[in-house]
Amino acid sequence: MKEIILIAVSAILVENFVLTKFLGICPFLGVSKKSSTAIGMGGAVVFVMTLSSIVTWSVNEYLLKPYDLAYLQTIAFILVIAALVQFVETVLKKFMPALYKALGIYLPLITTNCAVLGAALLNMERNYTLVQATVFGFAAAVGFTLALILFSGVRERMETSDIPIAFQGLPITLIAAALVSVAFVGFSGLFGI
Amino acid sequence: MIQIIIPVAVISGLGLVFGLALSYTSKKFAVEADQRIEQISGVLPGANCGACGYSGCEQYAEAIVEGAEISKCPVGGADAIAQISDIMGVQATTGEKKVARVMCNGTWDKVLIKFDYDGIIDCRSAATMAGGPSSCIYGCVGMGSCMKVCPFGAISVENGLARINEAKCNACGKCVAECPKMIIRLVPACSEYSVVCSNHEKGAVARKNCQVACIGCQKCVKTCPVEAITMDNLCAVIDPVKCENCGKCIEVCPTKAISKYTAHH
Repeated sequence: MKEIILIAVSAILVENFVLTKFLGICPFLGVSKKSSTAIGMGGAVVFVMTLSSIVTWSVNEYLLKPYDLAYLQTIAFILVIAALVQFVETVLKKFMPALYKALGIYLPLITTNCAVLGAALLNMERNYTLVQATVFGFAAAVGFTLALILFSGVRERMETSDIPIAFQGLPITLIAAALVSVAFVGFSGLFGI
Repeated sequence: MIQIIIPVAVISGLGLVFGLALSYTSKKFAVEADQRIEQISGVLPGANCGACGYSGCEQYAEAIVEGAEISKCPVGGADAIAQISDIMGVQATTGEKKVARVMCNGTWDKVLIKFDYDGIIDCRSAATMAGGPSSCIYGCVGMGSCMKVCPFGAISVENGLARINEAKCNACGKCVAECPKMIIRLVPACSEYSVVCSNHEKGAVARKNCQVACIGCQKCVKTCPVEAITMDNLCAVIDPVKCENCGKCIEVCPTKAISKYTAHH
C-alpha cells in the first residue's frame, strides 16, 4: 500500500509529466488558455491514460513478452492508444452525450498526446505490476491535469498584465511555464524519492 | 524467417482485433443522426462566419433540421437556400443576395479634418474623440474596424474611407454590427444606386463639412419616376425595392452624393 501511494505522489508532484519530464507540452500550451478547457482536457486525459495503462500493460505482458518483442512496444502502444481513444469517443457519444460535447475536440487530440505514450512506456521500463501501472497512469494524468489547471490560472492573469511587445504570446508563455516548472522541481527530495 | 513473421503477425493481429472491435462498436453504439444535417452542412458555405446567428455552419444545419428558418445564411445566398429547401421540403421565404454598402463617400480630401488623430487604430476609440477626426460626425471614421472584422477580406480603407468590394462581400453583416457610426447597410445586390451619405445635418452645415454630403435639397426625390427616394431626417434614402435603376437621380444630385454600383446578381 505504501508503495502505491509513493508511486501516486511521485507521479503527480515529483515527476510531474509536463513540468519535470516535459511530456505533453503541446496540449499544455494549447489548451491552458482558459481554466474550463484545461479541466475538460484534463478529464479526458485522466480517462484515456488510466485505461491505456491497463491495456498496454496487458498487451505487453501477454503478447509482446512471450514472443520477445519488446522492441515493438512503441508501435503497438500507439495502435492501442489510437484504438482506445476512438473507442472511448464512440462509447461516450452514445452513453454520455453531455460529457462528449464538453470534451469536444480534446478527445481525438489525445491520440497524439505523447504523455499517454510516455506513461505506457515508463510502466514497461520500470517493470510495474498491473496495479502499479494503473495507479501510475492515473496519477501521471492527474499530475498533467494539475499542471494544466495551475498554468491556466497563470495565463488568465497574464491576459491582463502589461507585457513587452517582443514577449507577447508564446515567448512569455514559455517563460512562465519555465518558472512554474522550477517551482515543481522543488518537490524533488520529497519522501526521499 | 520466423523472426519476421511473428512480429508482423502480432502487429497485424493487434490491428485486426482493434479494427474489428472498433467497427463493431461503431455499429453497436451508433448514434442516430439525422442524415439531413450532413447534407445541409454540405450545402452551407462552411465559412463559420456566424451571420445566421448560430456559432457555425454545423450548428445552423442542426437548427434547420429542428425547424429553424432556412433563409438565415446570407453567404450561401439564393443557391444554398434553394438546395436546403429541396432537402427539407420547405419553401424559402426570402433569399435575395445582399451586399454591404458604406453609406459615406467622404474621403480625406472631401471632408474637413478637425485634428490629427494619433491614438489606437480603431474606429470606436477614434470616434470617442469629438466624433473622430473628420468634421462630419455622421461619416466614416476610416480606422478600418470593419476591415478587421470582415471574414472575407472584402473591405479596404482608402484615403480614410472604408470601401467594400461587392464581388467579395457575402453580406454576413459583421461590419454592419462593428461600425460605430452605423453607416454600413445591407442592400440587395441588384440595386445599383445608393445615396452614399448618412449626414442628417442641415444642408449648409453638411456641405461645409463635406463636399459630397447630401444637403437635403430633395431634387432626387422630385426626379424619381417611381417615388423610390424618401427623406430621412434631411438625408435622402433610396428604397432598393422600389428603385428601378433608371439613374435619373444621379444626374440631378448637386453634390454627387448618389453613386452607381455595378450590380452583382
